[in-house]
Amino acid sequence: MSILIDKDTRVLVQGFTGSQGTLHSSQSIEYGTNVVGGVTPGKGGTAHLDLPVFNSVNEAVEQVQPNASLIFVPAPFCKGAILEAAEAGIKFIVCITEGVPTLDMLEVKKIVDGLNITLIGPNCPGVITPGVGKMGIMPGEIHLPGRVGIISRSGTLTYEAVKQTTDLGLGQSSCVGIGGDPIPGSSFIDILELFESDDQTDAIVMVGEIGGSAEEEAAEFISQNVTKPVVSYIAGQTAPPGKRMGHAGAIISGGKGTAEDKIKKLNESGVVVAKNLLEIGSTIKLLMS
Amino acid sequence: MNLHEYQGKEIFAKYDLPVSKGKVVTSLDEVEQVCTDIGGSRWVAKAQVHAGGRGKSGGVALCDTIEEVADFTKKWLGKRLVTYQTDKEGQLVSCILVEECTNIADELYYSAVVDRSSREVAIIASSEGGVNIEKVAEETPEKIASISLNGKDVSKGDIEKICSTLKLNETQSLQMEHIVRKTVSMFFECDLSLLEINPLVIKDDGNLHCLDAKINIDSNALFRQKELQEMHDPTQEDPRESEASKYDLSYVSLDGNIGCMVNGAGLAMGTMDTIKFFKGNPANFLDVGGTATQERVAKAFKIILDDPEVKVVLVNIFGGIVRCDLIAQGIVAAIDDVGVEIPVVVRLEGNSAEKGLSILSNSSSRIQSKNSLEDAARTAVELAK
Repeated sequence: MSILIDKDTRVLVQGFTGSQGTLHSSQSIEYGTNVVGGVTPGKGGTAHLDLPVFNSVNEAVEQVQPNASLIFVPAPFCKGAILEAAEAGIKFIVCITEGVPTLDMLEVKKIVDGLNITLIGPNCPGVITPGVGKMGIMPGEIHLPGRVGIISRSGTLTYEAVKQTTDLGLGQSSCVGIGGDPIPGSSFIDILELFESDDQTDAIVMVGEIGGSAEEEAAEFISQNVTKPVVSYIAGQTAPPGKRMGHAGAIISGGKGTAEDKIKKLNESGVVVAKNLLEIGSTIKLLMS
Repeated sequence: MNLHEYQGKEIFAKYDLPVSKGKVVTSLDEVEQVCTDIGGSRWVAKAQVHAGGRGKSGGVALCDTIEEVADFTKKWLGKRLVTYQTDKEGQLVSCILVEECTNIADELYYSAVVDRSSREVAIIASSEGGVNIEKVAEETPEKIASISLNGKDVSKGDIEKICSTLKLNETQSLQMEHIVRKTVSMFFECDLSLLEINPLVIKDDGNLHCLDAKINIDSNALFRQKELQEMHDPTQEDPRESEASKYDLSYVSLDGNIGCMVNGAGLAMGTMDTIKFFKGNPANFLDVGGTATQERVAKAFKIILDDPEVKVVLVNIFGGIVRCDLIAQGIVAAIDDVGVEIPVVVRLEGNSAEKGLSILSNSSSRIQSKNSLEDAARTAVELAK
C-alpha cells in the first residue's frame, strides 16, 4: 500500500483547460495517473487532452465517477472550487494554487473537516506515489518507488529530499507537500498518522520551515504516536524575524516560530534533525540501516 | 500589508470604534490649521511609520502649544525614525498624526489574530497595556484572556471572560462588547491577519478608547480589498523589496555579501542556511519562482546587484517541470543583459541539468557551474572572502 494515491484513484482536474491545468494534467497522465476528466465552467461537452470536460464537479461525478480532485483554478476562486468538489462527494482534494486568502481557508477547513474530506494544500506541489500516480506539479522522474515517506511545507525542498533518497537507492513510498500557507488543509500530524499505519513506509522525512507551530505540534505527536524513525530538516535558520520568507506562512512573529525552537522540540521528541539540507538523505539512510 | 496608525483609525472610525479626533499633516504649513480644526489646547503628535516602539524613540510627543506641534513636525517630517523594531536605517516619516489629547486612567491591551493552531480567529486581551504582550504572557499569564472564536461568532461567554480579565465595570463591559463585535466584523470584512489596539485605554471619565491602531491585511486577499490596497505606503518598505514585488519576486534584504537566487521559498531559505553552515553570509532571500524565465532571472540579478555589499552571486535551481538547459540559457543571457561584473556560481539540479551545466561552462568565464549544492555553496563562500 501507499498513502492517498493508489491504482484505484480516479482524478478529476478543476481548472483543467487553463495553462497550468493543461501542462500538469498532461504530465500526470504521462506519469500513469488515471485522470478521468476535468472541469471548466462554460466548456462542458468539449474534450481536452482526449478527456471529457464538464461544467461542474457534479456533472463529472455523475458521468466519470472521480474519487479525487486536483485543483488549479486561480486563487480568488479556490474556495468555491474546493467546496464544489466537497459538496459533490469527493473525499480527496489537492489544491495547488498559491495565494488563497487565509480567511477563505479558515472557512473551507471547517467545512471539509466536517465532511471527513482530506484536503492537501493550497500552495503546495501536491502528492505522488512513485510508480503509481501523481496529483501535482512535481517532476515525476526524480522519484523512485521505495520505503521513505516524505512530508514537506515546501515544493523545491521536497524535491531535494526526494533526489537524495533516490540517489541513495531508498526511494519513496509517497510524498506529500502540505503547502506553505498559514492554514493548510492537512497538517504534518494528519500525514504522519497515515505514514505510521502504511505498510510500505519504513521511515519518514519531515521538512519544515520557520513560522507557526506545526513542527512543534508534530514533534509532540511523534513522541506519543510514531514508532517509525523520523528525520527532519527545518529551513530558515538564518531568516530574520518579522519578515515573510516567500511563503505566506513562513514568518517569525513575536519571537515565535523560530527554527531554533522547532529543532529543539523535535530533538526532544526523538526526531533526528539534519543539520543542513545536504544531509537529509544520508541521515535517513543511517537510521534505516 | 501593514497600515499606518492614522489609516487604521480611519477604518476604526468607520466601524464606530472610539478613536481620538485627529488629522494628518504632510507639511509644516498645515500644522496651524490642523491644530485649530482639532481644537483644544493640548495635542499629541505621532510620527507615522510601520513599526512599534515609537514612543520610546521620541516619535510621539505631547504638545502644549501649536509651536510645539510645529517643532515636532519640523524635527521628524521626511526624517527616518529608528526604533527597536526597525533596522539601523529606520523608517521614513512621511506624515505626522496630530490628535486631541486623551487623559488616561488605565492602559489595556486588545488584539485579534489568525491563530494557526486552532485555525480560528483568536482574541487576546490583557489588563496590562502599552507594554510588550509577549512579556506579559510569559510573566503574568493570569492577566491575559485568550479566546478562540467559533468562525465569526462571538459568544456572551467570550465577552464575559474578556471583561472579567480586564476588570471592567458594567458600562465599560457594554463598551467592550461593542469593541469586540465591531473589530471581529472588521477582521472578517477587511481580510485582516492582525488587528492590535495597544493601548486600549480607560479614560479619566471611565470610557474605553482606542489610543493606537495596528492593522495588517492578508496580502493574498488584496484582490478583493481594493480600497485598502490603495492605502499601501511603499516608502515603508526596503526599496529593493518593493521593486522585486512588482515583478512577483519574493526578495528580503539581509546583511551578508553572498547574493542568492533560488527557485522556491523553502529551497531559498535552505540555501541561505547552507551558506551560513559553511561560514558565509547571505545578502538576501530571493525566490525567482517555479518558472525562472530569462526576464525574471534578469530582474532578479538587477535587484541582487543593486546591493553594493554583494561580492558573489549563488544561483541554486532545482529544475522540476522547467528544464535546466532553458534556465541556463536564461542565466547566460541575463548576465550579458545586466552586465554582471562579479563571479556567479550556479548549481543546477533536476530536469536536464547536465545539458544546462554544459551551456554554462561554455559561456562566460564569470560563471562557475557546479552540480552539487555543497560545492556551489563552498565556492561562493570562498569567493566572498
